[in-house]
Amino acid sequence: MAPARYVGDLVFTFARYLGDLALLAAETLHGIFRGEVRPQLVVQQIYEIGFRSQLVVLITGAFTGAVFATQTYFQFHRLQMDAAVGPVVSVSMFRELGPVLCGLIVAGRVGAAMSAEIGTMKVTEQLDALRALAVHPVDYLVVPRFLAMLVSMPLLVAECIGVGILAAYLLTTQILGVSEPYYVHNMLYFTGGRDVAMGLIKGMVFGIVIVFVSCHQGLNAREGAVGVGRATTEAVVIGSLFILVVNFFLTMTLNIFFPAGK
Amino acid sequence: MSEHPLPQVVIQVENLVQTLGGQEILRGFSLNVYQGETLVLLGRSGGGKSVFLRHLIGLLQPVSGTVTVDREIISGLPERDLARVRRSMGILFQNGALFDSMTVADNVAFPLRERGETDEGIVTAKVEEALQMVDLAGQQGKMPVNLSGGMRKRVALARALINQPRCMLYDEPTAGLDPIVADSIDLLIRRLQRKLGVTSIVVTHDMKSTLTIADHVALLHEGRCYFYGTCDQLRASTDPVIRDFVEGRSHDEP
Repeated sequence: MAPARYVGDLVFTFARYLGDLALLAAETLHGIFRGEVRPQLVVQQIYEIGFRSQLVVLITGAFTGAVFATQTYFQFHRLQMDAAVGPVVSVSMFRELGPVLCGLIVAGRVGAAMSAEIGTMKVTEQLDALRALAVHPVDYLVVPRFLAMLVSMPLLVAECIGVGILAAYLLTTQILGVSEPYYVHNMLYFTGGRDVAMGLIKGMVFGIVIVFVSCHQGLNAREGAVGVGRATTEAVVIGSLFILVVNFFLTMTLNIFFPAGK
Repeated sequence: MSEHPLPQVVIQVENLVQTLGGQEILRGFSLNVYQGETLVLLGRSGGGKSVFLRHLIGLLQPVSGTVTVDREIISGLPERDLARVRRSMGILFQNGALFDSMTVADNVAFPLRERGETDEGIVTAKVEEALQMVDLAGQQGKMPVNLSGGMRKRVALARALINQPRCMLYDEPTAGLDPIVADSIDLLIRRLQRKLGVTSIVVTHDMKSTLTIADHVALLHEGRCYFYGTCDQLRASTDPVIRDFVEGRSHDEP
């Protein structure tokens, strides 16, 4: 009976956690529909999430594209399919690598910062101060982060994908000697709006996951500095795992609407 | 200190029960706070004074019992509905709870901006006036981390007072301060009460502070209101629990 009870407890805890996230999401939407949007804070968060994540996202995209192109080239070259490297890299970057890697990077950089900032505010009574000043913490802290993420994440994902494809193109055509016109023609032929849509939708969903997981951890931080540290670690770990799991289900679902291939 | 002539109850607490971490902190605490008075709530450290104070502004919801503010029962109200009640109240947290990413000026201006004040000229003037009230004129540009404990509390007080609340709650306003700064805070509380006519509830275990500012005193002991009366009645009491507290006796072996 013990293993069954353990699994039962685990399922119940997970269900309750998902319920908490859903309530936070509902409270956030409630705040938005009540007009509790502070444009200055949204812009500030776009700067924090979008602008300050540029470098890490660009480096991630560039090296992912480059290394993926290299590996693909080494395999395809034996089959004399060099020009197929372009579409393989492009479609993979759009549909999987771009959004997932960008999501994981943002979960690490932005998710940790969100959780630590809100968690510190929680343990130093700053959240209580907000409430005492008649300001709902979700309206002040979560709403701007949520809206900023909706704007920033698709752009970051687009950048990550774009730089990855560019790096792959330069490496394959300029160093590995693949024919440039074939590479470009094949890439454009096999890559379509469906791939772009899938990448951007995934990016936006991952952004939403990061915001709610991180803010939830921060809002529920306890026991001083140790608690904030724990909340921050959990925000990154849970956020990253959620991205990987959600990605699977998103891939399955989005493939119905945006099927792969020509 | 004088008795209030025709008292009107502003805050009414009835049979408040609160349990935290499996321990019953408040066990049926009842208390009335009257318009315009300064009520000091005494009690030992860890006795539940701050917990009690947090119920008055809805930061904690009781297990049972009611808190009535201006004839409206606030216990059980949803978070968003509490905002209306909180707009007429202010609280000074024990450590100030200043927003550490904002300057002193932005901290003090925060409630004004949140209530829709967009004219920066008015905001600047009001911030300056509030900081003058707490003897901190000219400190607008400093960050909270660069302030002393006393200064942080005074900035927090300016922030709480800038929207002229009708009721102020003070959580250990003089704790951890040297006697001179503590006295200046006491005088400030008294001056603000006289000048603005706000109802004040001060949680403390500082007897000197109590005798300086209190109109009425309540003693929280074992989760209940053990004593309620004036400072004179407190000093005249022969009850051993009250005498121990007033004289600071622990009964521990040396």
